Amino acid sequence: MDALTLHRLHFAFTITFHYLFPQLTMGLALLILVLKTMGLRTGNEHYHHAARFWAKIFAVNFAMGVVTGIPMEFQFGTNWSRFSKAAGGVIGQTLAMEGVFSFFLESSFLGVFLYGEKRLSPKAHWFAAFLVFLGSWLSGFFIIATDAWMQHPTGYVLGPHGEIVLSNFAALFTNPWLFWQYAHNMTGSVVTASFVMASTGAFYLLTKSHEEYGRTFVRTGVIAGVISTTLMAFPTGDGQAKNIALHQPPTLAAMEGLFHTENGAPLAILGQPDVEHQRLDNPLVLPNALSFLTYQRWHAEVRGLDAFAPERWPDNIPLLYYSYHIMIGLGTILSGVMVLGALALGLGRLYTLRPLLWLVMLMAPFPYIATTAGWITAEVGRQPWLIYGVMRTATGASARVSAGNTLFTLIGFMGIYTVLAMLFLLLIYREVEEGPEHAV
Amino acid sequence: METLWFCLVAFLLAGYVVLDGFDLGCGVAHLLIARTDAERQSVLRAIGPVWDGNEVWLLAAGGTLYFAFPALYAGAFSGFYLPLMIVLWLLILRGISIEFRNHIRSLVWQPLWDVVFASSSGLLAIFFGAALGNVVRGVPLDGQGEFFLPLWTDFTAGPNAGILDWYTVLVAVAALCAVTLHGALWLGLKAPGKLEARARRLASVVWWPTLATVIAITFASFHIQPHLRASFEAHPWFDVFPLIAVLGLAAVQVLNTRRRTLGAFLGSCVFLLGMLASVAAGLFPYVLPATGDPRLGLTVFNSAAPHYGLQVGLYWFIPGMLLTFGYFTYTYRSFTGKVE
Ligand code: HDD
Ligand code: HEM
Ligand code: HEM
Repeated sequence: MDALTLHRLHFAFTITFHYLFPQLTMGLALLILVLKTMGLRTGNEHYHHAARFWAKIFAVNFAMGVVTGIPMEFQFGTNWSRFSKAAGGVIGQTLAMEGVFSFFLESSFLGVFLYGEKRLSPKAHWFAAFLVFLGSWLSGFFIIATDAWMQHPTGYVLGPHGEIVLSNFAALFTNPWLFWQYAHNMTGSVVTASFVMASTGAFYLLTKSHEEYGRTFVRTGVIAGVISTTLMAFPTGDGQAKNIALHQPPTLAAMEGLFHTENGAPLAILGQPDVEHQRLDNPLVLPNALSFLTYQRWHAEVRGLDAFAPERWPDNIPLLYYSYHIMIGLGTILSGVMVLGALALGLGRLYTLRPLLWLVMLMAPFPYIATTAGWITAEVGRQPWLIYGVMRTATGASARVSAGNTLFTLIGFMGIYTVLAMLFLLLIYREVEEGPEHAV
Repeated sequence: METLWFCLVAFLLAGYVVLDGFDLGCGVAHLLIARTDAERQSVLRAIGPVWDGNEVWLLAAGGTLYFAFPALYAGAFSGFYLPLMIVLWLLILRGISIEFRNHIRSLVWQPLWDVVFASSSGLLAIFFGAALGNVVRGVPLDGQGEFFLPLWTDFTAGPNAGILDWYTVLVAVAALCAVTLHGALWLGLKAPGKLEARARRLASVVWWPTLATVIAITFASFHIQPHLRASFEAHPWFDVFPLIAVLGLAAVQVLNTRRRTLGAFLGSCVFLLGMLASVAAGLFPYVLPATGDPRLGLTVFNSAAPHYGLQVGLYWFIPGMLLTFGYFTYTYRSFTGKVE
C-alpha cells in the first residue's frame, strides 16, 4: 500500500474508534441532566441515584474519549502535515477554541460533578452536571465546525501562492453546512444514549434485577429515543441531504447510486452499484421519490454521475452508497423500535412485554453502526477533496513520513485499541451487573 | 503580533509542564514510595480530580500552535512522527491506568495498573525531555520546512543525529529527575502521614541528581547550539531567567528540609518556569533551529499565520483563558488539603 492510502486508513481507523465514545458522552450528558432535573423537581432520591449510576458509566466512557481524542489532535500534524501547513491558520482557530472553551470546562467540572455531590448543595450539583453537558456539546460544536469547513469552506481567500488565508472569522460559524451537520450529529448522539439507557433498563427488567431502576431507564430512554429518532430523519437528515444536493452534487449522485441524470429520479431502497457498467444491480426503487425529497417536485431533474467529470466523482462509490443506505435503513428501524416502545408505554405495557424488551435490549449496538456509517458517508463523500473544491486529499498527507512508518503506527494503534475495547466492555459489563444500588 | 503569540504558546506549554509535570512525577514516585494498596490509592487520589484538566494544557498548546504557527506545527509534528506516536501510546496508557485501576478489586488488577502507571509516566518524562533536547539542538530541515528523524542513529549529536543522541538523552535524564522532584514535592503537600515523610525524603534525594544534570545540560546546550550562546551574549539581561531557575531550585531544598511543603513545591514550579524561559529566550526568534544551514530554521516570523487570524485569535483567546483561570482556581480551591 502506498503512503497516502495508509495515512487515510490511519486517520479513518483512529477517528472511527474515537467517535464511538464522544457520541455516548454527549447524549448521556443530556440524559443525566434530565435525571438530575427530575430529582430536583420531585425531590425523589431515586432519580439522584439513577443519575449517579449513569455518572459512573459516563466516567469510564469519558476516559476512553479522552485517551483516544488526543491522538486525533496530533494526527493533523503527524499524518496530514501538508494540509495543516496550508489550512492550519483557518481550521486551527476552531480546533484551538475547542481546547480553550470546551475541554477545560468539561475536564474541570467532571471532577466536581463526580466527587462533589456530598459537598455541594443539590442545586450546585445540578449546575455541575449542566456545565459538563455544556462542555461536551461545545466540544461537538467546535469539532463539527472544523469538519463543516472542510466540507464547505467559508471565510477564506486564496493568497498569491495558493495559500489559504482566513479573511472572515464569523463566516466559520455562519457556515450553512455547520447548522444542519451539528443538529443532525447531536441528535444522533441522543439516539445512541437513548438506546444505551433503554437497553440497560430492558436488561434489568428481563433479568428481574434492580427493576425499579429498569423501569426508569426504559421509560426515559424510550421517550428521548422516539423524539430523537424522529428528528434524525426530519428535519436534520433532510437538511444535510439538501446541503449535499446544493454544494456537493456529485456526492449526492454517488450516495444514491444515480448514474444517469433523470427527470423524476427514483429513490433506491436496495441494489448494488456496479461502477464499471454504470448501473444498479437488483434495484428496488421508489419512482420519482428522489426528485421529490430533494426538490419537492416529482419531476425535478436530478443530476446523475454522468453529469460530472470523473475526476469529481468520489473515489469509492460503492462504499459511499452502502454506508449511506446502512445509515438510512438503520434510522428507519431504530425509529420503528422506539415508536413501538412509545406505543407500549402509552398502553401501560412497556415494562411487561418481554419480546419488546428483548428487542430494545438487543438494539443497543445499532445506533453506533448508524453513526459510523453516517460519518463514512460524510468523509468518503467529500473525496477526492480534502477541503471541498480547494485541496485534493492526495496533496495533503505528510510528505516525509514513509509508508513503512505509517503502517507501523497503524498496527500499533490497532493493537492498543483492541485491548482498550476489551477492557472497556469488561468494565461497563461489571458496572451494569453491579447495578445502581451499588453506586454510592 | 507573532512575538505575542509565541509568548502565549510558550505560556501554555509552561503551564502544561508545571501542572502535568507533577502528575507525571507522582507516577514515577508511585512505586518508589507507596507500598500498600491504601498508599497507592492516596497517590492516585492526589492527582485524580486534576490530571485530565492538566493534560488539556498540552492540547490547548497544540491547538494554539496549530493556528498561530501552522508551518511549525506541520513541520515538527511530521518530523517527530515516531516519538510523538510513542508519546501518544504512553499518554493513553497513563490515562487508563489512572481511570481503570480502582474499578476491580483483585490481586492482579491493581498491581498491573500500578506498573503501567509508573512506567508510562517515567517514559513520558523521558520523551518530553528528549523532545526539548531536539528543539534546542535543531533538526535537519529542508527548504520546505520539513524533516524526518529516525529514533536513533549513532548517538552523536552531529548532522546525522536521530531523536536520541548523547545530548538529548542527557536532557531526558534531567527532565526525569526534575519531574520526579516536582511530583515528590506535590505528594509532600497532598499525601498523609508516612507517605508524606517518604515523599519529602525522595525529594531531598533526587534534588542532587537534578542539580547535577541541570548543570550538565546547561554547559552542553551552550556547546551544542551556538545561537544560544550568541543570544545570551547579545542580551545580558536574559541571565535573569537562569538565575530565577537557580533560586527556585535552591529554595526547594532549603524549604523542603524545613518542612515548608507548599513553599518547596512553588520553588520547584519557579525552577521549571525559569528553565523553560531560559530556553525560549535563548532560542528566540528560532522555534525550531536547523542543523545544517541556519537560514533554513523555522522562526516565529516565517512560520506564523497571517496577521488577521492572529488578531481575531486574541479576541477569543484572552476571555477563554480568563474563564479557564476561573475553573482552575475553583477546582484547586475545592481540592486543598491532604487527601483522605
Ligand atoms: C443514529 C444515527 C443516525 C441516523 C439514524 C441517521 N443519521 Fe445521518 N448521519 C449521522 C447519524 C445518523 C452522523 C454520524 O451523525 C452523521 C455523520 C456526519 C454528520 O454530521 O452526521 C450523518 C451524516 C448524514 C449525511 C451526510 C452529511 C455529510 O456528507 O456531511 C446525510 C445526508 C444524512 N446523515 C442524512 C440522514 C437521513 C436522511 C437519515 C434518515 C433516517 C439519517 N441520516 C439517519
Ligand atoms: C469532525 C471531525 C472530523 C474531522 C475534522 C475529520 C477530518 C478528516 C481528515 C483530515 C481525513 C483525512 C483526509 C481524507 O482522507 O479525506 C478524514 C478521513 C476520514 N474520516 Fe474524518 N474527520 C472527522 C470526523 C470523522 C468521524 C467521526 C469519522 C467516524 C466514522 C470519520 C471517518 C473518516 C473516514 C472513514 C475517513 C477516510 C476517508 C477516505 O480516505 O476515503 N471522520 N477525516
Ligand atoms: C479529528 C477530529 C477530532 C479531534 C482532533 C478530537 C480531539 C479530541 C481530544 C483531544 C479529546 C480529549 C479532550 C480531553 O482531554 O478532555 C477529545 C474528546 C472529546 N471529543 Fe473529540 N476529537 C475529534 C472528533 C470528535 C467528534 C467528531 C466529536 C463529536 C461530535 C468529538 C467530541 C468529543 C467529546 C464530546 C470529547 C470529550 C470526551 C469524551 O466524550 O469521551 N470529537 N476529542
